[in-house]
This record gives sequence, C-alpha cells and structure tokens, in this order.
Amino acid sequence: MTRAVAGDDRYGSAASAQVLIAREPEPRDDSSPLEGGLERVCGAAVRALSASGAGISVMTEDGPPGVAAASNPTSRLMEEMQFIVGEGPCMDAFALRRPCLQPDLDDSPRDRWPGYTAGALEQGTRAVFAFPLQIGGARLGVMAIYRDYPGSLRPEHLALALGFAEAAVTMLLNGQQQAPTDEVAGGLGEALEYRSEVYHAQGMVMIQLRVSLAEAMVRLRAHAFAEDRRLAEVAREVVTGRLCLPTNGA
Amino acid sequence: MTTIPAERLADVFVQVADTLVDEFDLIEFLQMLTGRAAELVDAAATGLLLADQQGNLQFMAASDEDTKMLELFQLQVHEGPCQDCFRTGQPVTNADLGAAADRWPVFAPRAVEAGFGSVHAIPMRLRTETIGALNLFSDRAGGLQPDGMHIVQALADVATIGLLQERAVHRGEVMTEQLQSALNSRIIIEQAKGAIAQIYTVTIDQAFQLLRGYSRRHQLRIGDVARALVTDPASIPNLTAV
Repeated sequence: MTRAVAGDDRYGSAASAQVLIAREPEPRDDSSPLEGGLERVCGAAVRALSASGAGISVMTEDGPPGVAAASNPTSRLMEEMQFIVGEGPCMDAFALRRPCLQPDLDDSPRDRWPGYTAGALEQGTRAVFAFPLQIGGARLGVMAIYRDYPGSLRPEHLALALGFAEAAVTMLLNGQQQAPTDEVAGGLGEALEYRSEVYHAQGMVMIQLRVSLAEAMVRLRAHAFAEDRRLAEVAREVVTGRLCLPTNGA
Repeated sequence: MTTIPAERLADVFVQVADTLVDEFDLIEFLQMLTGRAAELVDAAATGLLLADQQGNLQFMAASDEDTKMLELFQLQVHEGPCQDCFRTGQPVTNADLGAAADRWPVFAPRAVEAGFGSVHAIPMRLRTETIGALNLFSDRAGGLQPDGMHIVQALADVATIGLLQERAVHRGEVMTEQLQSALNSRIIIEQAKGAIAQIYTVTIDQAFQLLRGYSRRHQLRIGDVARALVTDPASIPNLTAV
C-alpha cells in the first residue's frame, strides 16, 4: 500500500522517504552501491523538499570527514567548504548531535560562522538544514539540504527530511557490512523496531566485542540479516545472555 | 479525598521554575517532573512520552525507570492511554485497567500484571497541537482525584513550556532542534545502560541505578555521563567510585 505521496502525511514520512528514494534513477555504474544509494537519497531530498541541493558527509569520532554524496557540484563544493573553513551548520549538527536549521543565512548572526556564511552566500545558498546521521551515541555523518531561497522547512518537509536522514543512516550501517543498500521494503517496520532493548544490546555488544558503538549496531544487524530474524529478537537474546555475537564479524 | 498542602505544591513549582532558568537539560528536567508528579498525586508510577516528528510516541522520562515500566510506556506507540490521549488531545482519567482488555488488548493485561489498577494520560498541548502525554499509573481503580487532576495538567503544561523554552517557540527550528536532541539523548542513556550492564555484570535496571548514582554523586548530568561512557568506556573507569 502506498499512502506516501511527497510528505502530505506526517505519520508516514519514513515510508514516504523510502518510496521517494526508490523512485530515483539508478546510480551511475562507476559508483559503489553505498555511494549510489546515498546519491539517490540526495536526489530524492532535492525533489521532495524543493531544495537546490543536498549533500551527505561521513563524519565519525575518529578519522577525517569526507563527502560521501552530493546532488550536484555546488552541493559538493558546499560540503567540502565546511571542512576547509572548519565551521558551519553540519559541523554544529555533528558536534551538538542535533539538527542545525538555518532558514536564512543572510539573516543569521555573522559571527556564528563568518567564513562559512560568506562562502555559502557567494555560492548562492540562502538556507541550510543540517541533520545528524546518528543512532544515539553512534555518529556516522551529516546530511545537509540546501536552498537558494530563504524560509523555514514546513512541518511535513521536516518530517520527510528526517525520514531521508533515517534512510541514509540505514544505508551507512549496511554499507559497512556490504549488504544490499536498497531496503525499500524494510523501511518503516525497522524504524519501529528500534526500541530500548535494541539499544541495550548495542551497548552490551560494544563492550563484549570491544568495538565502537556504531560497529556494534552493524554487527547486530548483520547477525539478524544473516539469520533472517528480526533485530528486536536478536537484541532480546543478547540482553538475556542467550546469544553472544562472534568476535570476528557476522 | 486527599488534599495536597499548598506549601508542598509551591515547593514543586519553585523547583520546576528553578530548573527552567538553570542550565537546561531536557531529560533531567522531565525526570524531575515525573518524579514530582508521582509524589504529588500519589501515583505509583509516572512517565512522559513525546511525539517525534514522524508522529510516533517516544518514551522520555519516568519516575521509576525499570524495564517493566519502560515496556509499558513503549507499548503505547501502538495502543494505550497515551496513544488515545495523543490522538484525541483529550485526557484519559481513571481508566480501570481490569475492565480495559477490549480497549487495549495488549497494554491492559500487561499493566494489570505489573500490579496497576488504573491509568491516566494527560495531554501536553501547545496551542492546538498535542506534542505528547504525561502518563500516570495508580495501584487501585480510580485513584486520581479532581484536584490531583488539575495539578497534573498544570505540570504537563509546565513540561510543555520547558520543552519549548517558551521564548524560542516562535522559531519552529529551535523546537525541532530541542526535540530531536532530547530524543537522541534518551537513546544514548539506553545504550549506556547496556554497556554498564555488560561491564559490571549487572541487570539493565541496576545499570541505570549505577549511572544515576554516579551522576548525582559527581553532580553531573546523566546525559553527559552516558555520552562519555558510550563514546569511550575507559573515560569513566569506575562508576561505583565515590
């Protein structure tokens, strides 16, 4: 059942985002499945949110940040610029672990991001909406939506943007385990599966396997995927001590 | 009918106002609020759920945060008094759990099993929009008196104001930033519970006690301790340290 037409239904926005991503054209042959998937997210976001561009950068606790996907050259430039000047909405979204929504760069305090703001306006970007790609303490990157005109995101657009961010998180987690990136069917059901027990299991696996929190979720999902079981079930077994994931990956 | 002494009531609202002007941490604020609400109206347990921007109710804070209670709160993403309250914008009061199996076939039996007789849900409203619900459980049927009801509604209103930090509400962006930040903090606390349970070989509930005890002793925010712990477990070598 597709109840999902571009974000007119705030309750189905995660599903809507999945449907819109699936409608995007196949990625170029030379891109990896992960890059291709993320580019489709950017493309779908631009179309659905009346944006001029979108970009996804990978940012983690350790290791240098990098641009993973962008909808067009200007967006790629915007993504790269923030790393050069070392400031901007994406950097803040990552550091503060929350969205950083800037509906009018021309009307924001200049001292917040002097270098970034000047550069962005020069590129014709007026509004930036940055969403952290994270699950609790596990940080994977930031998705940015760019517009060449000022103004807030409408609530339904906001819900949809969060749906796109969620899809990007799933892709980044899957990308790390080399699983298929196209998970249209799994979308919403899986989102509802993220309950406290899954997070408890994630914390436990992090300690058991001495891996990062993000990697712990990758391992949990990989196990569920390989055994064709639900993430919540696997999590419950970990929490009750009936299952101990192997140390060497899936 | 029990009447709540005025000075006790005043104390609570002073404490609430104090938290609002202080360096503000939403989770901590809501934990305090649910704790005070439970004491004031003599509820066995209270909790608070907020709708995320996808319209799903998410558990944020509770007076008693054991896994059994957590489950009762989380179930309500599908059905239960908070779900009804959120959908209609109207309070659910004194719902007899023993007679609610038709209304909430999954939720009601579990709540009875947990030892509760009645349940209440008070909407958190901002203008015309309902953004969440304050959930109260009583040991016996009935349980919430009219004066208690008014106080709880007042607390729910204060919680809404706290969440939105009133002054900033005109900027919708700030509300989103706050809400998403709080939702993510909540997840970090759950992840930290798991890590602590594994490190100290304790249950998830004991893990929370350790986390909260440490935060209080060192006058740190529980969210900050949880975040440090999941980012680098070695950064907090001993949670039992005084």
